Amino acid sequence: MSKDREFYWRRLHSLLGIIPVGLFLAQHLVVNHFATRGADAFNSASHFMESLPFRLMLEIFVIYLPLAFHAFYGIYIAFTAKNNPKNFGTLRNYLFILQRFTGIFLVVFIAWHVFETRFQAAIGAKEVNFNMMAEILSNPWMLGFYIVGVIAATFHLANGIWSFLVSWGITQSPQSQRIATYVTLVIFLALSVVGVQALLAFV
Amino acid sequence: MVTATETKKVQIEIFRQDTPESTPYWEKFEVNYRPNMNVISALMEIRQNPVNADGKATTPVAWDMSCLEEVCGACSMVINGKPRQSCSALIDQLTQPIQLAPMKTFPVVRDLQVDRTRMFDSLKKVKAWVPIDGSYDLGEGPRMPERKRQWAYELSKCMTCGVCLEACPNVNSGASFMGPAPLSQVRLFNAHPTGSMNKDERLNAIMGDGGLANCGNAQNCVVACPKGIPLTTSIAALNRDTTVQMFKNFFGSDHMVD
Repeated sequence: MSKDREFYWRRLHSLLGIIPVGLFLAQHLVVNHFATRGADAFNSASHFMESLPFRLMLEIFVIYLPLAFHAFYGIYIAFTAKNNPKNFGTLRNYLFILQRFTGIFLVVFIAWHVFETRFQAAIGAKEVNFNMMAEILSNPWMLGFYIVGVIAATFHLANGIWSFLVSWGITQSPQSQRIATYVTLVIFLALSVVGVQALLAFV
Repeated sequence: MVTATETKKVQIEIFRQDTPESTPYWEKFEVNYRPNMNVISALMEIRQNPVNADGKATTPVAWDMSCLEEVCGACSMVINGKPRQSCSALIDQLTQPIQLAPMKTFPVVRDLQVDRTRMFDSLKKVKAWVPIDGSYDLGEGPRMPERKRQWAYELSKCMTCGVCLEACPNVNSGASFMGPAPLSQVRLFNAHPTGSMNKDERLNAIMGDGGLANCGNAQNCVVACPKGIPLTTSIAALNRDTTVQMFKNFFGSDHMVD
């Protein structure tokens, strides 16, 4: 990738993180929340998602391609930083570092998650349903891994919304950026509750 | 009282490097305390008597300085972990031992001296000036509102000291990011009524390699800036300007500036 095009790659990375990847994450966590209403409710919701028309195209263009670009370009961004929290212990600097750590963790988590659920289903080894998740999450280590994964994802999205607002020049003044911090904190908490409640419903 | 100040010592540890390529090392010094000392006067003491804390003769410590009143930016170094000007770093306000290190974001010339050439190259790259040269008298430019002038004056306080680059996690030897200082200068010169006649050139320059998009919003720069320049506000404002410029460049209009 040419360095002269860096501006456009970075803007694309910022945009794709929200649309469609962030929207998909919110949708995914909300649909998962059907699990709190029992196995049947979850199975019918997941069956509805499975049977959407043009499913593979939707997956490729709304999930796989944007997510892959966001992940691989994000790894490059994460490793170009030289973190310095010891000398600059401000909230923003810690969030900057956390954004990079959660990003790297999410590449591992999502790769595993896609392999364990979508890929296994694609090769016909397993069927995606309530029992599949209940089986995975019956292992306390996997439950821990999934809870950390979901919270890392909601944090990365919420803080990513904050950065998006700055990177596109929407929030400029320190005051608007501070209010955006509070708003994204609420988004982080709300999505985390939705995501973790759904996970615990499988246990 | 006199005897008390005579026996009091200032403990200083300096991260030294003899040549640009040699391995750096820590060396400890003790200098006699005087009231109202700053880091530079302590370094001058060492230069007068280059003997380290073990009593061994050593080479005098090299550092840069010029104005001694925090307006030139030459004497910047990392003092107890924080990049700042050594002229305004008062010994009485620092915890000892005082650790002095060069700003490693820049190539080290020797000891505390660094080469800030990349900042000046960036200023050239982003055209941080108002072009007024012509073969005839171009006359007066448009007037600048007084309130805008007062605001722009704050941005003009930048002394290219390099502290914001040292504070930025995204400015390092592995990245080409030009850092906050030259970016804020783009905002300054684009705000100038005559300078704004070339604003698209500056915006396109910071949309290139090592430009604006490399900012990761850690916002250390605005905390570190000794002149209190609103660097992160400048960056966010430029983000908006470049968003507009990006669409103009792509969807097009035959107007270059407006």
